[in-house]
Amino acid sequence: MYGWIFRHLPGPLWARILIAIVLIVAVVLLLMQYVFPAFVEYSPFTETSTIE
Amino acid sequence: MSNTAQHGSVATKGARSASRRSPLQWIIQIFGELLITVGLILLLFVAWQLWWTNIAANSAQDDTVQSLSQEFKDAAGSSADAATDGVGNGAESSDGTSGENADSSAQNTDASNPPVAAGAPGEGEAYGIVYIPRLGENYQRPIAEGTSTEVLDTLGLGHYEDTAEPGEIGNFSLAGHRQTNGAVLDNIDQLQEGDKIYVRTREGYYTYSVYKHEIVLPTQVEVIAPNPDNPGAAPTERIMTLTSCHPRYGDTERYIVHAKMESFQPQSAGAPAEIAGAVN
Repeated sequence: MYGWIFRHLPGPLWARILIAIVLIVAVVLLLMQYVFPAFVEYSPFTETSTIE
Repeated sequence: MSNTAQHGSVATKGARSASRRSPLQWIIQIFGELLITVGLILLLFVAWQLWWTNIAANSAQDDTVQSLSQEFKDAAGSSADAATDGVGNGAESSDGTSGENADSSAQNTDASNPPVAAGAPGEGEAYGIVYIPRLGENYQRPIAEGTSTEVLDTLGLGHYEDTAEPGEIGNFSLAGHRQTNGAVLDNIDQLQEGDKIYVRTREGYYTYSVYKHEIVLPTQVEVIAPNPDNPGAAPTERIMTLTSCHPRYGDTERYIVHAKMESFQPQSAGAPAEIAGAVN
């Protein structure tokens, strides 16, 4: 799957490596900014500090 | 077997024969890559929660502390000016309590009858700063109204609605995360008897002194009762309570610290000596 994506990126090797890095960074940022904050509300690992 | 033959050709011809894999091999390959991806995402999630949320929350809390501190200073400046004009009470009073506050601000360090903090204008609003020298020379965290996840995740210490305000007879209770989102009370277990907790509000500095800690179950609400030492009885003292998670990376129990109010001094008197370096 990742091999297939990498082979289908355009340009010479150095350009494909660069694009791959940009894609990875974009995915990581997307996860940290939007996915994790949304997920954490349903996660069993969320810490609550209150007495209730 | 044809599989073996194909495997052999993959090994000898390398990447070029990748397209000649059978559908089953493709499925296995993609499934494996997905599993690795899930593993990496879970690791990233742990890093995000234990590390990134702290960075984000710390910077948000720093900003809040800075703006509150400025607001308190401005308020103290204007009320001091007003006091010299002899109209101190009128200047800052929109309700009855501020008038009393201005009265008692005139007496320095009055522990027996401090003004009661007016509290937050609404849920989620920051209205005070807590300084705890034992947790770091520069330890300062905002207090916001309410203990919802949203408040605790962004603003640090959440004030249990329905509990007393600073300076009030009863139990001024705050919750804070042990880990993640600023980890505001990470080192709560280092607090010792006699350690000071300074609560700064618009009214002034309330000094509380730690006298007890306990580890309880999350359901033991008596720790934030008006009289935590004798739940059910009427409150007689000005108590402050901090609640956080226990153990350090879990939340099956709660770590509780109780403190008693010791003294009060108005904004105009400046910060108590022990935290003078942290207050700005």
